[in-house]
Amino acid sequence: MSAATLEAPGAALAPPKAESRRAQGRLPLRRLVTRAAALGLGLLAWHLAASQKLDLGLVTFRNVPTPADVARAAWALAHSPKLGAHVGASLARVLGGFMAALVAGIGLGLAIGRSRLAGDLLLPPLEVLRPIPAVAWIPLAILIFPSSEASMVFITFTGALFPILLNTVHEAEAASPRLVASARSLGAGRAAILREVVIPAALPSIVTGAAIGMGTAWFCLVTAEMISGQYGIGYFTWESYTLQNYDDIVVGMLLIGLLGMGSSVAVRAAGRLAMPWTRAGGRS
Amino acid sequence: MIRTALRVVRPARPEAGADPVPAAARPVLAFEGVGFAYDGRAVMRDVSFRVAPGEIVALLGPSGCGKTTILNMIAGFLAPTEGVALLDGRAIAGPGPDRGVVFQAAALFDWMTVAENIAFSLRCAGRPRRERRRVAEEMAVLVGLAGREDAYPYELSGGMRQRVGLARVLAARPRVMLMDEPFSALDVQTREALQEEVLRIRDRTGCTIVFVTHSIDEAVFLGDRIFLLEDIRAGRFERFAVDLPGPRDAPENRLAPGFLSLRETIYRRMRHHG
Ligand SMILES: Nc1ncnc2c1ncn2[C@@H]1O[C@H](COP(=O)(O)OP(=O)(O)OP(=O)(O)O)[C@@H](O)[C@H]1O
Ligand SMILES: [Mg+2]
Repeated sequence: MSAATLEAPGAALAPPKAESRRAQGRLPLRRLVTRAAALGLGLLAWHLAASQKLDLGLVTFRNVPTPADVARAAWALAHSPKLGAHVGASLARVLGGFMAALVAGIGLGLAIGRSRLAGDLLLPPLEVLRPIPAVAWIPLAILIFPSSEASMVFITFTGALFPILLNTVHEAEAASPRLVASARSLGAGRAAILREVVIPAALPSIVTGAAIGMGTAWFCLVTAEMISGQYGIGYFTWESYTLQNYDDIVVGMLLIGLLGMGSSVAVRAAGRLAMPWTRAGGRS
Repeated sequence: MIRTALRVVRPARPEAGADPVPAAARPVLAFEGVGFAYDGRAVMRDVSFRVAPGEIVALLGPSGCGKTTILNMIAGFLAPTEGVALLDGRAIAGPGPDRGVVFQAAALFDWMTVAENIAFSLRCAGRPRRERRRVAEEMAVLVGLAGREDAYPYELSGGMRQRVGLARVLAARPRVMLMDEPFSALDVQTREALQEEVLRIRDRTGCTIVFVTHSIDEAVFLGDRIFLLEDIRAGRFERFAVDLPGPRDAPENRLAPGFLSLRETIYRRMRHHG
């Protein structure tokens, strides 16, 4: 686990500092131990609070399962045939929303970043839509889309779109005038400049936006799967609450957290593979 | 052979750095009464000169006098607000691969290897992969980068990056190379090696070069002619012809009497001015 993948979804839109990206590779043993100890302490505190049914007035742990309860519930779910169906349904929705957001975010972002007219036309409506939370989209999504599957994909899409879009716009605008001038004087036309200069230059920032967008897509999953009638980890979590299976709520939460983190890491790794020109320490 | 042709035409007296063109060759490059203003603020007016094929013209002058502006008009990034800038007798309408630009800090494409950077113009022209590779390798040899074709720019030193920038422009076989203080950020040894390289490249390819510099030494070592642009706002500028014996890329030239005296002349002119 690294600092770079711990950021709250949607919170930090700035690319991670080169410093923390370099730290991701090899951590000295002492810091690894410290980090493991921090996790252990967190678990211990949780265990104590839940087993003692700690009641602090403002918050109460009376109905919170202990780590052992959760582990047992997780073990049971792992051996149930439903796990595959839940994870599969959620993965399909998140990936669908994410891929759509990737295409739309990069496409719109390049248009807005490179053309003043496109910026004037597209930015105002997008700025209005941006602050609308995923939950608020639910009724309209149900009305717009004929199938509930499509509306769930749409809601994860709204979550992933803006981080990708904003990171693309920012870098496309910032494309070095010198590089563009060099390319033009070497015979590059508009299309070649976009393909050979603007997009590759923006790619590191797009990958960062995509990793954050992947996180926010998972973030919106529970919301999206409130519509679901059957499968999905978000649905599982929500259903567990209605059925008062408190152990399963935490299992669902942790599962979403782990899958979200894993897929963000996968996006970053794919990005590094696609960009052999960037050093581990960042761009030159 | 281009150089001998020039030497015949070139006047021997330093005060007469006049255009050597009319008799022999048609000018590659010509400014006719060019003026330029940024938002109404005039930088230069009534600038006229002609540059012969294979000639190196060094533009010298204090910061802000308009050297880069002249280069940008030749490159086609800016259009004159008065008069006309001509390439091979035709008005310059925009940037093109017949005029290559090398900037102070090589503006390399970080996402392309050395070979891909060098062959960028061929890629834009739709040349096949084989040919791109072959040209990239040739150019890498020419600028002393053989064997580094598959490196990415981040793996190169500043001097090597400048060489890639040079090779990238050369690969487009430009009629004119425009160089804006390309070596000013480099150490003395690298700078002098690259200056000699530029002279050899001119001899081999016959391309015409307009070279901007702050360094009198660099101007005298590289230039066939030097334009001192101090009064260009008032529509005047001084020209000096460089006359050095023997091969131009010989390092001894830096100590030749002709080199030192011209350097002193220009130095006094600039000091007297300031
Ligand atoms: N984009 C611009 N907008 C307005 N004025 C400009 C612009 N670029 C240059 N100038 C002005 O034009 C004049 C000439 O600038 P130019 O860049 O050609 O100078 P230079 O001789 O290349 O200087 P340096 O040696 O510092 O590079 C300067 O006074 C500068 O302030
Ligand atoms: Mg300049």
